[in-house]
Amino acid sequence: MRNLAGYLIRRTGWMLLTLWIVYTVSFILMRSVPGNPFSSERTVPAAIERQLRARYNLDATPTRQYIDYALGIVTRGDLGWSLRLEDYSVNQVLAEGFPVSASLAIFGLVFAVGLGIPAGVISAVYRGSLADVSMMAAAVLGIAVPNFVLASLAILLFVFGLAWFPAAGWGTFNQIVLPALCLGAPVAAYIARLTRAGMLEVLTREHVRTARAKGLSDQAVILKHVLPGAMLPVVSYLGPATAGVLTGSLVLEKIFALPGMGSHFINAALQRDYTLAMGMVLTYTVILFVMNSIVDISYAVIDPRVKLQ
Amino acid sequence: MSTEPRTLPADTAPPEPSPALSELAAQEQQLTLDRLLEESRQIRGTSLWSDAWRRLKRRRTAMISMVGLVVLVLLAVLTPLLPLQSPIDKDLKYRRLLPPELTPVTMGSREGLDFAEQSLVAELKRFNAEIAELQQQRNATTDSAERKRIDEIIAGRTKVEHPFNQLWNQLGPVSWTMCQMRVAMFGDYAIPSLFGTDKLGRDLLSRVFWGARVSLIVGVVATLVSLVIGVSYGAIAGYVGGWVDAVMMRIVDILYSIPFIFVVIFLITFLGEDSVKAWLQARGIEQITIFYFVIGAIYWLTMSRVVRGQVLSLRHEQFIEAARTIGASPLRIVFRHLVPNVLGVVIVYLTLTIPAVMLFEAFLSFLGLGVAPPDVSWGQLLNDGVEALSSVKLFWWVVVFPGAALAATLFALNFLGDGVRDALDPKMKNRD
Repeated sequence: MRNLAGYLIRRTGWMLLTLWIVYTVSFILMRSVPGNPFSSERTVPAAIERQLRARYNLDATPTRQYIDYALGIVTRGDLGWSLRLEDYSVNQVLAEGFPVSASLAIFGLVFAVGLGIPAGVISAVYRGSLADVSMMAAAVLGIAVPNFVLASLAILLFVFGLAWFPAAGWGTFNQIVLPALCLGAPVAAYIARLTRAGMLEVLTREHVRTARAKGLSDQAVILKHVLPGAMLPVVSYLGPATAGVLTGSLVLEKIFALPGMGSHFINAALQRDYTLAMGMVLTYTVILFVMNSIVDISYAVIDPRVKLQ
Repeated sequence: MSTEPRTLPADTAPPEPSPALSELAAQEQQLTLDRLLEESRQIRGTSLWSDAWRRLKRRRTAMISMVGLVVLVLLAVLTPLLPLQSPIDKDLKYRRLLPPELTPVTMGSREGLDFAEQSLVAELKRFNAEIAELQQQRNATTDSAERKRIDEIIAGRTKVEHPFNQLWNQLGPVSWTMCQMRVAMFGDYAIPSLFGTDKLGRDLLSRVFWGARVSLIVGVVATLVSLVIGVSYGAIAGYVGGWVDAVMMRIVDILYSIPFIFVVIFLITFLGEDSVKAWLQARGIEQITIFYFVIGAIYWLTMSRVVRGQVLSLRHEQFIEAARTIGASPLRIVFRHLVPNVLGVVIVYLTLTIPAVMLFEAFLSFLGLGVAPPDVSWGQLLNDGVEALSSVKLFWWVVVFPGAALAATLFALNFLGDGVRDALDPKMKNRD
């Protein structure tokens, strides 16, 4: 456990360093845009302009702003006010968008694991069969076709062609299925390939032969002796998979018009809402760090030979 | 054994070979020698490259992908020569969201263009005649101010009114010549809208072709940028070693942990600002150039790690020591002796980077953050397509064709990348 504590401290240190770099770079970029965010809009009376500048802390010196903003984040978790969304703080936007994106990502990952692992197991056990060949061909397709192409085609087919699902919106189970499927598809394909390769490797090991020789049923051999060993590459892939799902949710939220973090982030980028965009980048950095750490820890738990570094 | 010299008794001595026989033996010997030489000549040491090429040729999927990609690149390069319709000319009145059709189109026939005889060829003739008239006027006058004024008129009219500038977007000098050749070859003929038209009445087939140019160029240029940065960085870190290496690799570690896609989107927020755009334009930097560099600057990290690892294992080899002994400078050793030796790994990684970069470009363009109109790219076409989707009518072609082009290209690149990796990997050598 001391090992774990040391690991967590080191990871946190790295995360803070990364956050600080991202923050500093974003801040410098933000501040180096000439003029202020309101200079391009229609002229407002001087008093109102003063008020606006005061609200966004733009009247302080750059160094002061840099420190104030960082202090606000560290002490109060306050990411400031959105520049474009009226009367919204960045935190409010995050609070609204996060549940949507999180459930989409979780559904996507669950789908990917739930489909990818059985597919990989089946094609490894029945190697060379029609099922194996067709599933692996589907996996290659799933990896090569970008998820926004897939999503566009899925909308065409299932929403407008067959009318099985609603086109957009959020809230009901029916509305989450299609985006989550499209989001999880490439990850599922990758997991299926990893599972198959892992299974094939473990199947040739001595302990599997021993288990068979003891007279265990096929099912017991595969589920108890082969599958756990074959899961290691899949677990270590879950870190990159999370990153993939988060990036994928940017496009899928746009295609399906979901009110998640991704669509807010894209809108922030399109409308030059610097504070919102910066808050989003920082949030995504934290999420990715946390997810990667969890994956590392679970990897060490599953495989005792792995030491946390 | 007796010490006296042994002499063979004369009667048991082998018969002196007759001249004819000895000649025969010599001939036979010569023949054997020739045969052996011939055999040895046929045995060639295979170089890494010919070996890899042979193995690559055996992989049918990789070869099909390669042929497909070569065809795609050729078509993209020759796009201005092909009798395609205009990729930017909108026809909001009659040609919006037409399904794929087989009726050929006459170039310049749209009424709004107001071309002479509603044909590109006739309009070109008319325009050139007018310009020639102006030229004559210019040559006739002796007043230099007047000449200058007419020159400006010609330049201005060419920029605005030349038929090419109405049908195509910012043609470079090469594409311009190619367009002229195309008009000379095909006249007013244009391929029918096999892929249908988009919501502004533009021909989707020609947009997919012109988009291929942008998508491929982004893929190649951004990959080259990442190649140059990654290889130099990795090779220098690996060769210099010590604390320099430690610091350089720590920087890479830190950059690795930054979620780059999100940072890039943030960066694009900044690049899209009007004042920044104006600043860049004043210095002659186009937005798409920055785009190449931004993407290339992300993908160099893995490359630098891989190259560093290879260089570390090579730096104590004898040929490096030899180069150092004869006084080669470190820079020369790195780029003349080390880099060529890591080429195999670099090529493998390169073939895997190109699809990743193209995908990223499509991803950004799809979000509206990448290539900006009037430039066309596949990601952007897909974005247009998704926006045009509606429940009123099934406009499947606006999504299917750009999507298929992108997916097929990525598919082929991935297959080729896998094939090249296996072909260049000596461990794969004796497997099926």
